Formats: sequence, C-alpha cells, structure tokens
Amino acid sequence: MGEILTNAPAEPAGAVTYAAADGLLSSVWLLVAIPLVSAAILLLLGRRADRWGHWLGVAAIGVSFVLGLASFFQLRGLENKSVELSLWDFISVGGLRVDFGLLFDPLAAVFVLLITGVGFLIHLYAVEYMAHDAGRRRFFGYFNLFVAAMLLLVLGNNYVMLYVGWEGVGLASYLLISFWYERPSAATAGKKAFLMNRVGDAGLAIAIFIMFATLGTTQYDEVFSGVGGLAGGTVLVLGLLLLLGATGKSGQFPLQAWLPDAMEGPTPVSALIHAATMVTAGVYLIARSNPIFSANTTLQLVVVSVGALTLLIGCIIGAAKDDIKRVLAWSTVSQIGYMFLGVGLGGAAYALAIVHLLAHGFFKANMFLGAGSVMHGMHDQVDIRRFGGLSKYMKVTWITFMMGWLAIIGMFPFSGFFSKEPIIVAAFEREDWTAWLFGGAALVGAGLTAFYMTRLFVLTFHGPKRWTEDIEHPHESPALMTIPLILLAIGSVGAGFLLSTSVPDWLEATAGLGGQEEGHEAVLSHGVITTLSLVVTVLGAGLAWFLFRNGTATAPQPAGVLVTAARRNLYTDAFNETVFEKPGIFLTRALVFLDNRGVDGLVNGLAAAVGGGSGRLRRLQTGFVRSYATSILTGALLVVAAFLAVQAGWLA
Amino acid sequence: MSELKLPSIDYAAVAPILIMLGAALVGVLVEAFVPRRSRHLAQLTLALLAVLAALTMVVLNADDRLITAGTAIAVDGPTLFLQGAILVLAAMALLLIGERALERGGAFVAQAAVTAESADDRRQAEGASGATEVYPLTTFAIGGMLIFVAANDLLTMFIALEVFSLPLYLLCALARRRRLLSQEAALKYFMLGAYASAFFLFGVALIYGFTAGVPGRSSGVDFATINAAVTESPASRVLLFAGMALLAIGLLFKAAAAPFHVWTPDVYQGAPTPVTGFMAACTKVAAFGALLRVFHVAFASANWDFTPVLGVVAVLTMLVGAVLAVTQTDIKRLLAYSSIANAGYLLVGVLAPSKDGLSGTMFYLVAYGFSVLAAFAVVTLVRDGDGEATHLSRWAGLGRRSPFYAALFTFILLAFAGIPLTSGFTSKFAVFGPALAEGRAWLVVAGVLTSMVLAFPYLRVVVMMWLSEPGESTPTVAVPGALTSAALMIGVVATLVLGIAPAPLLDLATGAAEFVR
Repeated sequence: MGEILTNAPAEPAGAVTYAAADGLLSSVWLLVAIPLVSAAILLLLGRRADRWGHWLGVAAIGVSFVLGLASFFQLRGLENKSVELSLWDFISVGGLRVDFGLLFDPLAAVFVLLITGVGFLIHLYAVEYMAHDAGRRRFFGYFNLFVAAMLLLVLGNNYVMLYVGWEGVGLASYLLISFWYERPSAATAGKKAFLMNRVGDAGLAIAIFIMFATLGTTQYDEVFSGVGGLAGGTVLVLGLLLLLGATGKSGQFPLQAWLPDAMEGPTPVSALIHAATMVTAGVYLIARSNPIFSANTTLQLVVVSVGALTLLIGCIIGAAKDDIKRVLAWSTVSQIGYMFLGVGLGGAAYALAIVHLLAHGFFKANMFLGAGSVMHGMHDQVDIRRFGGLSKYMKVTWITFMMGWLAIIGMFPFSGFFSKEPIIVAAFEREDWTAWLFGGAALVGAGLTAFYMTRLFVLTFHGPKRWTEDIEHPHESPALMTIPLILLAIGSVGAGFLLSTSVPDWLEATAGLGGQEEGHEAVLSHGVITTLSLVVTVLGAGLAWFLFRNGTATAPQPAGVLVTAARRNLYTDAFNETVFEKPGIFLTRALVFLDNRGVDGLVNGLAAAVGGGSGRLRRLQTGFVRSYATSILTGALLVVAAFLAVQAGWLA
Repeated sequence: MSELKLPSIDYAAVAPILIMLGAALVGVLVEAFVPRRSRHLAQLTLALLAVLAALTMVVLNADDRLITAGTAIAVDGPTLFLQGAILVLAAMALLLIGERALERGGAFVAQAAVTAESADDRRQAEGASGATEVYPLTTFAIGGMLIFVAANDLLTMFIALEVFSLPLYLLCALARRRRLLSQEAALKYFMLGAYASAFFLFGVALIYGFTAGVPGRSSGVDFATINAAVTESPASRVLLFAGMALLAIGLLFKAAAAPFHVWTPDVYQGAPTPVTGFMAACTKVAAFGALLRVFHVAFASANWDFTPVLGVVAVLTMLVGAVLAVTQTDIKRLLAYSSIANAGYLLVGVLAPSKDGLSGTMFYLVAYGFSVLAAFAVVTLVRDGDGEATHLSRWAGLGRRSPFYAALFTFILLAFAGIPLTSGFTSKFAVFGPALAEGRAWLVVAGVLTSMVLAFPYLRVVVMMWLSEPGESTPTVAVPGALTSAALMIGVVATLVLGIAPAPLLDLATGAAEFVR
C-alpha cells in the first residue's frame, strides 16, 4: 500500500497559455446569451407566450447549436486551439481578481456540441411530450435556463465562472424535478436533490477559496501553471474537495442517492439533465482540472476507487429495480462511474472518458426518450413488470431502444463497444495489483450491465403481455417524438466508432488531455481483454434473456439478502438518514429549544422544582423579555470569560 | 478653575451630521406649526431633502481625512463611505415609510397612545392619517447613525448609540395594525437595548481605567489614547480585555450577533415593515461601522488575540441564523434570522484584519442593505383585509397571482442565497476571500457550509410561490405607489448590478479603506 499512497506528482505540469479570441470566436458569448434571453422572454411574458413559447425555446437551442458548430469548425483551423474571451472584470478585491470570461477550447467545444445537439433533439421531443401540460411554456423557460447555465459551466475560463454555471444548473434542475409539484414524491425528490447537491457545492466552493488562498487566482491557466509549486498535501485537499463537488453533481458515491429520485421530473428532463448533460458536469470538472488531479497519485487513486465502486453499486441496484426510469437512472450512475474510472486513470484515459461521456449522451438520451415514448403509450405506467410484448405495437420505439440497449451493453459494433472497452483496457494497464482490482471491477460491471439492461429490454418489449386492465391497444408516439428517437438511435450506432477515432486527437490540444503518455504494459493482452469483455457481456445478456423471456411476476417476490439489499439501494438511504438527517434534525431542535426557552427553562425549571407546582411548569412559554435577558447575560458572561482567558493566554 | 477652551470644529466635515440633526429639529417645528393636512408631504419632502443635502456634503467631503471637534469625530474613508451608505439606504427606507397608496393613512398608527385592540383603536386603524412624527424620529436616528460611524472616542460613540436607538424604539411601536405585537416589540427592544447599553458603558469605564498611568499621556477614551495604552499601559490587562469584551457585547447586540440576537425576530416581526427594513439595512451598517472602527483602530495593537472568541461568536451567529431560518413560518421572522446569519458573515469580514477585509465588509453592508430593503418592500405589498399577510402559507401560489412581484422577490431571495450573478454572491466572495487570505479558513468553511443550509429556506419560499396552486387564502399583491415602486426597483437593480459588475463599488470601498488614527 505504501507506494500507492504517495503524494508524488504523477507527471510534471507544464505552463498553460490561452490565445485571445477573434473573428467568429469572439461571439461565443452568444452561445450562452441566446438561451438565456429566450428563457427570460418565456418566463417574463407569462401567458401571452403560451401559444408560441415552446417553439421559441426549441429555436433558441437550434441557433445555439448552429453557432456552436460554426465555432467548432473555426477552432479546427487554429494553431493554438484554446481561445479565451474576457468580457469584463467580475470581482476584484485588492489582490483577488476574477475575470468574467469564456474559454473555447477542444474540451469545451465537444461539450457545447453535446449540450446543444442532444439538447435540441430533446427540446423537439418535449414539444409533443408536454403538449397536454398547462405549464409547457414555463417548462421550456426552465429548460432554456438550464441550457444557458450548462453552457456557461463548460465555457467559463475560471473556476468562479464554472461555479456560476454549476449553481445555475443546480437551480434549474431543482425547479424541473419539482415541476409536477402536485406529486408529493416530486417535491421530496427535488428537496433531496437540492440538499445532496449542496453538500457537493460546498466542497467546490471551499476548493475555489483554497485556490485563492494558495495561488491567488482562479483563472484556469494560472491555476494549472501554478499547481506544480504547491505542497502535496494542499493539492490532495484541493483535489478531494473538487471531487466532492463532482460526486454531488454526478451522482457518484457517496452522494449518489438523489439521482434516481430525480426521475420524478418529466421524462425530457431526465433525458437532458439527469442523463446526457448536467450529471456529466462532474466528469467535466475533473477532466478540466486534470493538471490538479495529475499532480497527485493518491488523488487519482481516490477518483478511480470512487468510479469503480459507484459503477458496481449502480449495476447491482439497477438489476433489482422495476421502475423503467429508475433502472435507467441507476445505469446512468453506473456509466458515469466508468467515466470517473477513466478520468481517474489519468494520461490517455482522460480522452477515453470524454469519448464515453459523449457516446453515453446519445444512447442514454435515446433510451430515456424511448422510455418516455413507452410511458406515453401506456398511460404513464413505469413498472416494467406491467409491460411486455410491446415490440408489436411500438415498432419505432422498439427498434430505437434496441440500438440504445446494444450500445450501452457494449456490443460490437455499437457505440458503447468503442467507448467502454478502451476504459476497461486502460484499467488493466495500471502498474501494480490494482490493475486486477479496477480492471476486474470494470469487467464485472460490463457483465452486470448486460444483465440488467437485457432484463429491462426483454421485460418491456418481449414476452407475454402483463398490462394493467385499462390498456387495450398501446399506440406508437407521434412523429415529433419518434424523429428525435431515430436520430439519437443513429448516434447510438455510429457515434462510438467516429468519436473514438477522432476525439482523442482533437482533445490533445486541451491542456494535459490526450494521448501524450505511453500506456504501461497491460497485465493481460489487449485481445484477451476485448474477448473477455465480449464474453461477459454475452453471458450477462444471455442469462437475462433466459430468465425473463417468459415474463416475470407482477408483484414483488421474496428474495435473498443481496436482492433485498439492492432493492433498498444497498441501504445507502438508511445510512444517509442516520449520518446526516437525524443529526441535522437534532441540531435544529436543539437550537430551537435553546433559542426559545433553554436558559429561561433552566431557571424556571429550578424554580418549579423548588416550588413543586406543575402549574408553574405549564407557564413556560417563549418570548419573555426576561428569558431573552438571561440568554444575553449568559452569553455576556461567556464572552467576558473567553476574553479573559485570551488575556491569560489560554486561547490564541 | 482654568478657562474652558472650546475645541475647533471643521464644520464642513461634520456638515452631514448637522444637516440631519437640524432637519430633525425643523421637523419637530413642522409638527407644531404646519396644518395637519399638509404635514405628511412637508415632512417627507423635508426628510428626503435633508438626506440629499447630507449626501451631497459627503460626496463633497470625499477626500477629507481628518479628526475634528477635539478628538471626538474622525472623518476618513470608512466614515464617508459608511455615511454615504447609510444615507442612500435611509433614503430608500424613507420612500417606504412615506408610502400611503397601499393603505389609507400609511403604515403607521395615528395615535399610539390609544389602548390597543379597543374600539377607538379599531376605528383609527381603518383610515386615520398616520402619525407624521415618524419623520423627525427617523431623521434623528439617521443623524445618530452618522455620528456613530464617525465617532472617534467611546463616549461620543455611546451618545450616538443612544441618539439613534431611542427613536428606533419609538418607531417600532407605531405599527397601524397588530398594535399589541408592535408595542410588545418596542418594549422588548427598549429594555434589552438599555441592558446592552449598560454593558457598553461598563466597558467604557473599564477601558478608561486601563488608560490611566501611561507615561506622558492623560487617560481618556479616544481611540488614539486607547491604542497607545494597549502597548504601554502599566495597568492590569484584565481591565483591557474585560472592557473590550463588554464593548463588543454592546455593539454585537445592535449587530444582532448570537447569543445577543434574541430580540431580532420579535422586533422585526412586530415593527412596522418599513421600519424593519430601515433597521435591517441602516442599523447593520452603523453597528458594523462601529465594530470595524473599534477593532481596527482602538484595539489594533492587541494583535487580534480576541479573534478566536469573536470567531466563535461569528460561527454561532451563522449557525443559529441559518438553522433557525429553516423552521420559520413567518416571512418577517425568516428575514430576521437571515439578517442574523448575515451578521455572522459580516463578522468574518471584520475579523480579516486587512485592507481587503475592510473594503469587503463595507461592500457587503451596502449590497445587503439594498437587497434587504427590496425584500421588505415586497413584504409591504402582499396584503389582505387585515394588512400585511406575513404567514408563509399565505404566500403559496403568489407567482400565479402576481408573477412580476413574485419574480422580483425570487430574485432577491436568490441573492440572499448567494446564487451567482447577484450581489449576494459577490459580497460573500468579497468577505470570504480576504478572511481566507488572513488565514481564517475555519470561518470561511463555516460560512460556506451555513450559507448552503441557508439557501434552503429561501428556495422553499421560491418553490411555494411558483409551484403551488393559489388557495382561497392567498392574498392579493397591492399595486404599489410610486414611492414603494421606486425603492423596490432601486433595490433590485442594485442587487443585479452589484452582482454582475461589482468592480466600481469595490474600487470605491478599497479606496476608502483606510482609517485615520
């Protein structure tokens, strides 16, 4: 263990410089401004915009996508592919200076294309999906707000700008999860998401302050250039706090519990925010901060461990769930675990993680929208035990979902194969026995993924019908919903190969990313690993097919220890309740008690004990001046005593 | 008996103070001689003109760095910045106080002496013209605050404390509706305020004793003498530290820091809402101005030994404010606890003994003042037949009824929650940054964590306003008159501008962040 937990820099950090933006690239700020203005119009105009509001929302994202594409091609022709655009001085207090500025580089560019491209398709789908909802205009307002915040997050040129976007997407996500406020579960889920995200946000905020304190800046280039000069311990703390932020946003261990509950929101929200984009912000944060993470091997080990652990947790729980959206949500948790594994491995694997992130954006959005299409035809039923045989009735949904399914389980030649398999290989390329640990976890995860995704697919589209009585003839969704499905399905087929052959080279120009490092010799040969991963995939899928080809019981069955634990989210909720919720409630109660009556109650309690009358106790109530005065006096005595203790040299 | 020698006074430098106190005296005469019908307009105009004139003098004095009136008044960067802040915020508060379009006769009772809840009282609540004495009282309070932040010795500071506190006690008792609550608030504030003043005065006495016996200096309570005595006095340091503690208690009471915050929720709830806004914005500025001066000037050479103690107070204040805000069901009490938590964040700035810490704290005071006044302006608008509807359950679905005002309030709440692109974010940044640079990491960690908690009650209100159906009891939002609209818009625009481009005000604060000694 000794040589693993060293604080030695994994690789020296070089100086980082960005070029100034000109030409078309000087208008990248429009990428953020267009959806933002559209959101403002939709939210401020109120009902007057009800009739055409959704089309404005769709158009705003479409325009952003075209602009993003144009900027992307512009960037390709440049020598220094990191272009900075400083808009104005945001905050400057004495030595501290924060720029309100944007950075358009290869990493940001691929994110912009993912967010606006997949975002556009999901917006299009939502026009139809939300057609019968009275709040459709408001929904598109929040949706555009989200896209603006997400673009700001990936386009900022310093950590404070990233934090601005980070808070913005959190806010939009919170509003959208609670969108169907009349459902109590939606309100609770919104609250849970909010609170767990705040834990992560606090980590990120403190990390940013530490950068200020130690480096005096939060600009990416200055931080990355200066991080080499920091003490190992500082880098470790900084990285762990950033990781805490990333785990909160991306639903990774130990803050994973909110993501599946967030599925209470409308399905397009689940597809865009909780599958394709926002939840990958944590991966973006770590990839962007790679000079920090690469500067400390312990840090990388922690990230890899979080990734490996989460990917297994996600698989195990996903295999025990019966709600179609929740299974997909746990699979998102698990797939992001693969991405964390990738970014944690460092070196060339950063690019692999980004490739997987982009490919995942396509196939997961595809499957979520497919699930929405199924629910649309089945009276909002979400229980996969009550589906079955839908392949005959929903041909388009069936075929497109099949593409997504084959992609996520990593079957050759679908996109998941090209994006996930290299991460498994990279996990086997570590130097010591941890290669077996993490490589093994990734391989087992691939088998489990094949199992539970096949279970989902078979139970939904094949086998006997197990519908509730009120459904006679499920219908296929209208064209406005199926066209995005078809486009995303094409992406699920082809994106992986295209991305895995182009993106690593493209990302090379981003600071520290790309294949500049020669991989270590893997403990197994490349061919063996590929064969193994295909074999476990086929085994997992085959087992699921064998078990579920004849359907399943429509009610929960008694189960063994492991399945029960998985159904209860491996008891992580119980853990959170004991460790965070109960003490929080206790603290609140204690403070309320002390603030209102504590000191007075003490005094009166003594008096009552002496007087011996219960009548006196009943008179205890809040708001007496004398109890306030007693509390002030107590405080005063403590403060004076503390000052005198300082004087005597006990404190300070 | 030696001849009494009058100190020389730089009248231009103290002109803002003189203008406000003079206007207050004229206001008393207006009460006596102007006919009742035209008093309201005359008083409001007088008060606003006085504030404007005083503000002009502050701007003209912008480059003054001097001590005048013997050693009683210091006119320097922080004084002028804070005086300007108090005057601008007071002008907004006066706009709220002067509003009469929302309710017949305005937010204040006609005759405070009528027995509460009696038939007479109900009759006068229905539309008797409100007492115009509120204007001279407010003007006196503003004058007192201007002295408070300029005071260069502890006695002047004490007198200023009383000059601005006494009118505030009275103002709290003048709510038109819920008279008992209002009177109770005033009485509580008065009794506890008197109690806290006693601590302050006792502290002054101990410090005076400590300054005795420094070779070549006479004893005194001006800050230069205290500062010299801290390093040179032969007296026991117990006197110094006990005195410092008692002084701090008196000031922390006004600043609403735990455990001296207990009065805040009751008083904020009972006082007429415009007065609550005035206290939340201007009293905070004054109290923290005094804290800054006492600790940065008088006790600067005590090596900041007291930082751990005040740090604990700061953490406790943040914690109490944030956690208890979660349990509140009344919007005014919620804002009261939020103001307590903000006192904690401001203390973090006070405890960063650097120029940046000073300028960050001053920036925070201004930014917070604008937001909190705008918040209370919205509170005055949400009403039903019985006046303001402050219970939170009544705010459910407000976004459906009045999207515009609900949107403005949402924006203010997001600012309180410290969401970026509002002044709430930049101002927290401006105090936490310097505190961290001075090695107060634990305070910053506590600040970040509690502000994460504090965001929750704010967003709960946002969600209630937007994501609930309006119920039977959802009140209407009154259409505000020009005065409230002006105050509200100034507050909202300032919150936005200071959130997006805070640099000009920060530069101003940085330029002003140097005390004369």
